[in-house]
Amino acid sequence: MSTILIIEQILNGLQFGVMLFLMAAGLTLIFGVMGLINLAHGSLYMIGAFAAATVAGLTGSFVLALMAAMMAAAIAGVLIEVLVIRRLYATDHLDQVLATFALILIFSEGTRWVFGSFPLFLNIPDYFSGPVTLPGGIEYPLYRLVLICVGLLVAGALGLLITRTRIGIQIRAGKDDHEMIAALGVDISKLYTVIFALGAALAGLAGALVGAIQSVQVGMGEPVLILAFVVIVIGGIGSIKGALIGALLVGLTDTLGGVFLPELFKLFMEPSAAQASGSALSSMAIYILMGVVLVWRPAGLFGARK
Amino acid sequence: MIRESNLNALVLILLLAVPLWAVFNDEPFTITLATRAVIFALAAVGLNIALGLGGLVSFGHAVFFGIGGYAMGIFAHHAQTYTPVMEVPFLIEGTKSMPVIWLVAMVTSGFAALLIGLLSLRTAGVYFIMITLAFGQMLYYFSISWATYGGEDGLSIYVRNEFPGVNTLVPINFFAICFVILCLVVLLNALLAKSPFGLALNAARQTPQRVQTFGLDPTRLKLLAFIISGVVTGLAGALFADLNRFVSPTMFSWQMSGEIMIFIILGGVARLCGPIVGAVTFVMLEHFLGGLSDYWHIYLGALLLIVVLFARGGLVGLISGREIAHD
Amino acid sequence: MTDPVLATYHLEKSFGALKATDDVSIDLYPGEIHAVIGPNGAGKSTLIAQICGGLKPDAGRVELLGQDVSHTDTRTRAKAGIGRTFQISALAMEDTVLQNVLLGALGAGGSPWRFLRPILSDRALRDAATQALVRVGLQDHAATLTSQLSHGQRRQLEVAVALTLKPKAFVMDEPMAGLGAEGSKTLTGFLDGLRTEAPILLVEHDMDAVFALADRISVLVYGKIIETGTVAQIRASKTVREAYLGDGA
Repeated sequence: MSTILIIEQILNGLQFGVMLFLMAAGLTLIFGVMGLINLAHGSLYMIGAFAAATVAGLTGSFVLALMAAMMAAAIAGVLIEVLVIRRLYATDHLDQVLATFALILIFSEGTRWVFGSFPLFLNIPDYFSGPVTLPGGIEYPLYRLVLICVGLLVAGALGLLITRTRIGIQIRAGKDDHEMIAALGVDISKLYTVIFALGAALAGLAGALVGAIQSVQVGMGEPVLILAFVVIVIGGIGSIKGALIGALLVGLTDTLGGVFLPELFKLFMEPSAAQASGSALSSMAIYILMGVVLVWRPAGLFGARK
Repeated sequence: MIRESNLNALVLILLLAVPLWAVFNDEPFTITLATRAVIFALAAVGLNIALGLGGLVSFGHAVFFGIGGYAMGIFAHHAQTYTPVMEVPFLIEGTKSMPVIWLVAMVTSGFAALLIGLLSLRTAGVYFIMITLAFGQMLYYFSISWATYGGEDGLSIYVRNEFPGVNTLVPINFFAICFVILCLVVLLNALLAKSPFGLALNAARQTPQRVQTFGLDPTRLKLLAFIISGVVTGLAGALFADLNRFVSPTMFSWQMSGEIMIFIILGGVARLCGPIVGAVTFVMLEHFLGGLSDYWHIYLGALLLIVVLFARGGLVGLISGREIAHD
Repeated sequence: MTDPVLATYHLEKSFGALKATDDVSIDLYPGEIHAVIGPNGAGKSTLIAQICGGLKPDAGRVELLGQDVSHTDTRTRAKAGIGRTFQISALAMEDTVLQNVLLGALGAGGSPWRFLRPILSDRALRDAATQALVRVGLQDHAATLTSQLSHGQRRQLEVAVALTLKPKAFVMDEPMAGLGAEGSKTLTGFLDGLRTEAPILLVEHDMDAVFALADRISVLVYGKIIETGTVAQIRASKTVREAYLGDGA
């Protein structure tokens, strides 16, 4: 096994991780501030991807497609916040789970109705396609490298937003004390809508970016949503830093596990059996990681410990 | 308003009457639908023990449904190919006997519930939901990558398994087996709810801090409820696989977990017959709306949204009042 | 003098820079009511949590009947005989009044690992539960849902639940909170008779009740006990006047 392959896989893991982060960041903010579990976050990811594929098909512009993805997801996010989710803040988690599960059903079938069951394709723009040669002579797809950079930029921007801006202060206050921010004269329901739109736009962006390397289809959001949950459990609810670390851990574990566990098993098993058990184990690797974190720190790596 | 206990009796009688009617009118498909409803109801009654009594919002009950299904699939597969399930450390042969398969399904589901419960119950609330969902997904991917038992394609079983003294190939007989099991489990649920365990569990859900000052351990109470719940849903999974003579990773999918939860919510949380009403309603919607439109999930979603936002207490709550009965 | 039933020795607990409990030693002898008073934020809740097992002290120890229970959890201490009541009612609101006391009785003298027989078929539990309801005067409300009780009735139920535990020592967290003059008077009369059953560590804001009931009073200010003495001593104490009573009384 060559160093080049290892570095390539690490980059793949990072790329997967930062995309998970875009999903997890919105979820963890929404949960941290509003105490709401939103299963329909995966639908927003899907909406972003479909909007991007449609706009790219019409205009041929990837940048316009990304903007459309964020807009569409944010609009869908605001709509569901105002129409449905607002009524759920005061209710228990069970109601939130079911109502947002109902939203998944409506969004998924609605999308299937409009676009049909066949996947759409979103092409990588010419200026980002093809490989690039990294120091050390490693050839790596430029687009994936761009994804890593975009993800890290967004993470940095979110960090600044939370620590340096007025709305960030409100978000942090909202996490600790709802009455306090109401007393400060902040319009709390407007703040909630803004946070929801922000989270939705990030999910839509992730959907569009990933849509260009995978196919755009109904049901693409939920597996990512569940991985984002794993990320949050590992990182700790409400923590952006936790979401980033958790996302990178999950991305790397999943990618590297899938490649190296079968190789590892081949050292002491016959190849076909090693391939089978290695890939079976690697499909469970991130959940085992989650289990270990739960035993070690039930509130996650960066969660508030009681 | 109808008293809830009368409604419970009415629901069970109707559930029995429809397939009997179908036998005399030679409508085997209706019997299959009714059996499907009964098995879904059983899975949901199982979840309701954790959810209704223990307040454990498990979004991963497909784990147990799937384990039950694969217990049936694996044992019957080995029986029909005349190969042993395993040879080391000791020999286990495949079997076509339902009671043996049920036992395997229940023991393995219970063990899985113990492990998942031990980990998940270290947390509460929204963490619990996300973790159970994640464990469901873990088994889903595991079953896909488990090529020995069909991977993504699953396993087909050619002939329905056997029950001593009953010809299970006759649809109404298999329905009867499932129906009797459902009645027994509903009875168990009713007894549990009134027992010392049920009372302590119910209080552990409402006020865990207080329960500790009684010298009781809320986590252990919830863990046991989770295990009982997993065992029942696992049994339902084995029956479901036998109904379809087929198992596949979809039994482990998060949609399956969501559906089991929907049965309870449509009917009413913590109601004895809520899950049954919910499962029957679901199967009817699936059949009639599914016949009208390919996109019937939109209507299901809308209905669910309405129930959650406006009719808390579910259908049973609408019919027999919001207060849950106390004796 | 006999040994104390419940005692703390040099308890310390800090949250960051804040010393919530600072060298607190307090004891409770058979047959007495020992009241703990202090302004809001004096550290009373933190102290109760350390005595009952919800919080681990940074230093010091808690003894029940001469046994060091500092390193045990809430359940073990409950079993060993600490009967706690809650300030903010932690009753099972969806259950009936009877079910709430039954649960206390179950904790004291039964096992929750019984699954098939109704709890009401257990005569011993039912009698213990009913007796406790009769003693606080809630027997007519046995079948009422707890959420439908008035505030005063909930306080009564809170005490009834503690009675079913048959504890060696009561730890009561503001049992009078929110009661009117009438309710407060009734409960004062009841607690007065209870001290012979088991001594009471009474954390309370209602000064009339404290002065009427307490054999001894400890005054907790900023996590420190500044004075312990009889009602007369506390009333006369200059330190207490300055630190606490002086403001309002």
